[in-house]
Amino acid sequence: MRIAAIAVTLRHLLLAWLLAMPALASAAAPRVDQAMLAPLAAGDTQARLDAIAALGAAPGAETVLQALGGDQLYAAPDGRVLISEDGILALDPATGRQESLPPGSEGLSINNRLRRAIEAALATTRLFSDDAAQRLAAARRLQQSGDPSRLPLLDRALAAERNEEVRAALEIAQANLELKSEDAAVRRHAVELLGKTGNAAFRSTLAALTAQRDGAYAEPDPGVREAAAAALRRIDRHLATIEWAGNLFYGASLGSILLLAALGLAITFGLMGVINMAHGELLMIGAYVTYVVQTLFRAWLPGWLDWYVAAALPAAFVVTALVGMALERTVIRWLYGRPLETLLATWGISLILMQAVRSLFGAQNVEVGNPSWMSGGITVLGGLVLSYNRLVIIGFALFVVFLVWVLLNHTRLGLFVRAITQNRRMADCVGVPTGRVDMLAFGLGSGIAGLAGVALSQLGNVGPDLGRGYIVDSFMVVVLGGVGQLAGTVIAALGLGGINKFLEPYAGAVMAKITILALIVLFVQKRPQGLFAPRGRSVE
Amino acid sequence: MKQTALTDLALQARRPLFPPRGWAALAAAAAALALLPLLNLAFPPGHALHVSAYAVALLGKFMCYAIAALALDLVWGYAGILSLGHGLFFALGGYAHGMYLMRAIGRDGVYQSDLPDFMVFLDWKQYPWYWSFTEHFWYAMLLVVAVPGALAFVFGYFAFRSRIKGVYFSIITQALTFAAMLLFFRNDTGFGGNNGFTDFKRILGFDITAPGTRAALYWITLAALAGALVLGRAVTQSKLGRVLTAVRDAESRLRFIGYEPLGFKLFVWTLSAMLCGIAGALYVPQVGIINPGEMSTENSIEMVIWVATGGRGTLIGPIIGAGAVNGLKTWFTSVLPEFWLYALGLIFVLVTLFLPTGIVGLVRRIAARVQERRA
Repeated sequence: MRIAAIAVTLRHLLLAWLLAMPALASAAAPRVDQAMLAPLAAGDTQARLDAIAALGAAPGAETVLQALGGDQLYAAPDGRVLISEDGILALDPATGRQESLPPGSEGLSINNRLRRAIEAALATTRLFSDDAAQRLAAARRLQQSGDPSRLPLLDRALAAERNEEVRAALEIAQANLELKSEDAAVRRHAVELLGKTGNAAFRSTLAALTAQRDGAYAEPDPGVREAAAAALRRIDRHLATIEWAGNLFYGASLGSILLLAALGLAITFGLMGVINMAHGELLMIGAYVTYVVQTLFRAWLPGWLDWYVAAALPAAFVVTALVGMALERTVIRWLYGRPLETLLATWGISLILMQAVRSLFGAQNVEVGNPSWMSGGITVLGGLVLSYNRLVIIGFALFVVFLVWVLLNHTRLGLFVRAITQNRRMADCVGVPTGRVDMLAFGLGSGIAGLAGVALSQLGNVGPDLGRGYIVDSFMVVVLGGVGQLAGTVIAALGLGGINKFLEPYAGAVMAKITILALIVLFVQKRPQGLFAPRGRSVE
Repeated sequence: MKQTALTDLALQARRPLFPPRGWAALAAAAAALALLPLLNLAFPPGHALHVSAYAVALLGKFMCYAIAALALDLVWGYAGILSLGHGLFFALGGYAHGMYLMRAIGRDGVYQSDLPDFMVFLDWKQYPWYWSFTEHFWYAMLLVVAVPGALAFVFGYFAFRSRIKGVYFSIITQALTFAAMLLFFRNDTGFGGNNGFTDFKRILGFDITAPGTRAALYWITLAALAGALVLGRAVTQSKLGRVLTAVRDAESRLRFIGYEPLGFKLFVWTLSAMLCGIAGALYVPQVGIINPGEMSTENSIEMVIWVATGGRGTLIGPIIGAGAVNGLKTWFTSVLPEFWLYALGLIFVLVTLFLPTGIVGLVRRIAARVQERRA
């Protein structure tokens, strides 16, 4: 098997050799022969090191180096160096011929210094691998290296390279090494190349060039210094862009979560003027329903585990909607017209719900996993990772808003809900069944909380206290957004999320929260009814 | 202040604060409560008349809660402003007093430094500016009322001026408290972060754990509670109290008549915050710790349920409610700890549904029915 693999490798190498013929011919890379291998068997460590370095630059030497690293290289009594996996069959790396290992062959032992050299040499040979991913990895490794003797090698690799990504990586590695060149023009070119990458990893290198030490610049040439300063600015600008985009993304993500959490609250508050303090616990119940669905899938449908979230959504909606409707029927209905008392009663309910979940599932957090299609993320702008679960939740929040919009504006129930929000008594007079609509709307608001709970379970810990963390924030959204206006809630949620994330780097998480609160209090000075106050002449 | 002749007429005869029977009941209750620490000091443990130190401390704590509840009732029961942030004022008063108590530890802390242990731990070399003068007891006592008062005044001014009321006001006070809690949880804020202040050694030179000191603190708390009750009565009996009730019942109408509610609301709101600060300041030396947990949302809402259970819009109600709910809590947490939250939740639901006037209202209703039957 090993032999076959080697044969394949050799054939590939031959192919690569033929393809890259013109480039390689000019660079005149030596092939592996026994003259190069002989020093490996010598006793002198320096000679062995040199031999390993030479092998690194030779195409087809990868197998030899790997064999040396894996204690599979033998010195035959006739002075040849052979590869043998099992100590019986052997392969001559120079000719590719197979034979049995001559008696009296000795295994070549290596020490740590040699091992490091082998690794470096292997990295070099991989530069000429057929696999673009391997070449890329090798080029990336070389970017970290500071050994100028690799430059000719890089030149050779660059000349042969056709893959854009690998080329870019090679150029960076080259630039990194060229910085140590004697020629100011070469250094300048290198600095410009590094600046173009926008990669933060080179910031310290460039900064060192522009820095002064003992009155003298580390970089003697003013032109190169200037170029380095420009490159630094370029990198910083790129970093700033990444940070800005990151804030935008995390702000949108936080905003979508706030939106999901506050949407249901806004509906019930707009409709009945009551604050449902148990709303956070409805979120929590939604998250626990997700947990239960996940557990059921693990037990009964392990093959479909990736899609448990899809099943959890309707389940969470139904469960929380039922809980919400039960609440409305048993408690909230009787406190109609006494919003402050409703607030207290629903707080009491939230305590009971929280303790009930603690009794059922324990006080510890439960584990809810992301399905595989929601883990991971895409990298943009060379450094910013947009995780899939956040992206999915942003999309989901917008989808829920769309559904609610359709429901409120294009269904009979929505018409009734809007009528009651505008003028409850008049709606009652013209025959809107206010009691039934109240219950359904409360169920809808609670169901949306359940959906939000499913989303939250994909982002953070699921525990009995889950809802507590969100109630203050979602109330702020409702206060800011105003009553009975979907647009107000959407803008308030996304705005609060965005402002929060943009403030955080400057002020810290806590001060950002406090600042936002102060801003809301000031804002409400100007617009006591929120962003979009319904026009009308109603007075309480 | 514009006033109509009508209200002048209605309030011409100044009524006494309490009827004679009320004064007598107040004095009797105060005397009975004052007796407890004496029983603790005078009789050895095991004696039939001995009251345990634990019971005295518990009652002292309850009286602090009662002052806070009374303060909350002034704004909620009388002016209709439901605050979900009184835990903040309570804690601020506690922290103000705690600063003095921390400095009174002197070099007796774990690190034997002039600075409190938590500052040594953070590697601070000196007190931050806002700790200056707190080594003086009188200054700390000034802070106890000034800090909650100033915060309440500024916040109230902005909130009432823009006519934020009802649930909006409640939610914003809740958010304020939440933000403050986050702030106090930070070590950099300079108030001990998570752990807050604890390990107090002495107050005004007296050993803080000595039975005599504890009894004195108890009596001071009792006096403060009685004082708060009388003050509350004075406020609610006055013309100002009448206007406040009008704010609660029909603010718009009051406005149309020509009153500007801002000043009235601001006055009672600030007064309430100061009273709450005093309650917190009395609480800290008796409990021996103050930390940001006191500012949690839960605590502030629990205060509201004390008032609701006892009976809002009455002055004795919050005192009874604070005692009853906390008594129940003490019993539950020692006997059935996992059921306390169920019980508390049920209290919230049942009181709001079936006892809107609280225990006091229930007693009054029963008394009225008994009288009816007799007649």
